[in-house]
Amino acid sequence: MHMADALLSPAVGGTMWAVAAGLTAYSAKKLKDSPDESRVPLMGVLGAFIFAAQMINFSIPVTGSSGHIGGGMILAILLGPYAAFLVLVSVLTVQALFFADGGLLALGCNIFNMGFFPCFIAYPFIYLKIAGQNPTRKKILLAATLSAVVGLQLGAFSVVLETMASGISELPFKTFVLLMQPIHLAIGFIEGLITTAVVTFVWQARPEVLEASSRKTGLRGIPMKKVLTGLALAAVVTGGVFSWFASSYPDGLEWSMARTSGSEELEAPEGGIHATLSALQEKSAFLPDYGFRKAPANEYEAAAGEHAHWPAVDPGTSLSGLVGGSLTLILAGMAGMLIRRLSSGRN
Amino acid sequence: MGRVEPSLFSSTSDPGIDQANRPDPRAFWVVTFAFVLTVTSFGKYEISRLTPLFFYPVTIGTLYGVSARALLRKAFFALPFVLLVGLFNPLLDRQVLLEIGGYSLSGGWVSFFSITMRSMLAVTSAILLAMTTPFDRLCLGLEKMRVPRVLVTQLQFLHRYMFLLRGEALRMVRAHDLRAQGNKPRIALSTAGSMIGLLLLRALDRATRVHRAMLVRGFDGEVRVLHPLRFSWSRDGGFALGWILYFVLVRLVNLPEWLFGWVVGR
Repeated sequence: MHMADALLSPAVGGTMWAVAAGLTAYSAKKLKDSPDESRVPLMGVLGAFIFAAQMINFSIPVTGSSGHIGGGMILAILLGPYAAFLVLVSVLTVQALFFADGGLLALGCNIFNMGFFPCFIAYPFIYLKIAGQNPTRKKILLAATLSAVVGLQLGAFSVVLETMASGISELPFKTFVLLMQPIHLAIGFIEGLITTAVVTFVWQARPEVLEASSRKTGLRGIPMKKVLTGLALAAVVTGGVFSWFASSYPDGLEWSMARTSGSEELEAPEGGIHATLSALQEKSAFLPDYGFRKAPANEYEAAAGEHAHWPAVDPGTSLSGLVGGSLTLILAGMAGMLIRRLSSGRN
Repeated sequence: MGRVEPSLFSSTSDPGIDQANRPDPRAFWVVTFAFVLTVTSFGKYEISRLTPLFFYPVTIGTLYGVSARALLRKAFFALPFVLLVGLFNPLLDRQVLLEIGGYSLSGGWVSFFSITMRSMLAVTSAILLAMTTPFDRLCLGLEKMRVPRVLVTQLQFLHRYMFLLRGEALRMVRAHDLRAQGNKPRIALSTAGSMIGLLLLRALDRATRVHRAMLVRGFDGEVRVLHPLRFSWSRDGGFALGWILYFVLVRLVNLPEWLFGWVVGR
């Protein structure tokens, strides 16, 4: 369910980064204020545990396929929301850096989708309410399954919203929701079952581990209103700052030029030295005056015009892009070879 | 064991690499973010304008000895989800954008190629960051950039124990496979629950032991390193500024078209 850089716009990615950074700073502060800051080694080992537990592939009932644990809910149940959130942030960062999961811009989205929902929504409002006090086997089963399902559904829906807001994918909202939610309903059930199995095992073997975490943590005493207001403000401000990237207008310079001169490019004066030079240039060119038939006008084009899409591509400039792009790639490859030649020569 | 210990506790994970000649991790973090922002800031139909950005991974990769094969193999792991979502573009966006010699290419295919290119570029930049700079130095850079210390220490611990616990998990799986019947033993969900639970208890025990040992040695929540970072403006500032200026240039000027125009003389 990792969101990917390739499907994100800088505005959405930047906004989610700000939200994730806010949540991380808040959790870090909360943890620092708590008496046992030195629990950090425990958190570190549990983060590593998540990676290790993902090595254990189990068979999924009925389907015949196999899967592994996600681990967000287990962390929340064992460590409480703040510590679990920070562990998930570290796990997702390492995944982005070493395992190519998502990417760095998408890290903010991934932290929000996979960290915020299990730690700050599913755990306090579902798990703790059902199985916080006097857990029994049935209560753990219900609480873990329900919170895993809800956490994953919200996370998957969040992926859909982020993709939609970025506008890189053509998938319509409805289709994407119908694709994502049922898949993650199934994954949520499996995650709930394996979480139940692990938590029940730990509860029976070492009940004190669970008791200690459910007593100390929970979201009692958190001014949720303040947190939400802060997050919303951060989102609006960064959204505004980053949105010039995502603007569907031409570049700022071209746009202001179009406003002042009425056309996007300044026209060259006819005749004179300019005309002579350009005639000379046309003669010396080996592919003079290329031009291509424009795509047939249809209803799509009309619709595109109305919505002021991303900079429209016209076939004429497309060839220059194709050839120019290939030339650039060849140059990049040659630069690499040159650097290698130079550095091996120096050694 | 003699080899494992120094790699766990020294601040430079690979003693064979001379870190003094590499850019400061702070500069590297900033450049990587600038790169990803530049990649994602292009419109969804842009393909050729992304190509000048390939200079970055190619230059950094060759300069710091990262093999292209290793880089690409890792980058391909990121593709499935991106391709799954991206493949809907050719199905849904059929407006013809490009015609060359009778062949027409729809906007959907153009944006699909663009998405694939973005994915390769963005993901390789993150992997390059991780492959060229030791993890401890990356963490140190983060700490200097005001990332909460709890999180930085957490990252350092996670990285140190990741491989240790992975080994433990793999040994458990092997033990299960050897005892299970059949050629391709599969772990039942209930068994997996116990195995993961057991792994968890072992991890907790290990964490407690480590924690106590650290407390005895005066651990107060901060991991101190022997080699603090030194930001040199000429080396690191130049590295960051140079690349960022290049990214700005790529964003503002259509370099491939300029190159094409120069070749055909328009």
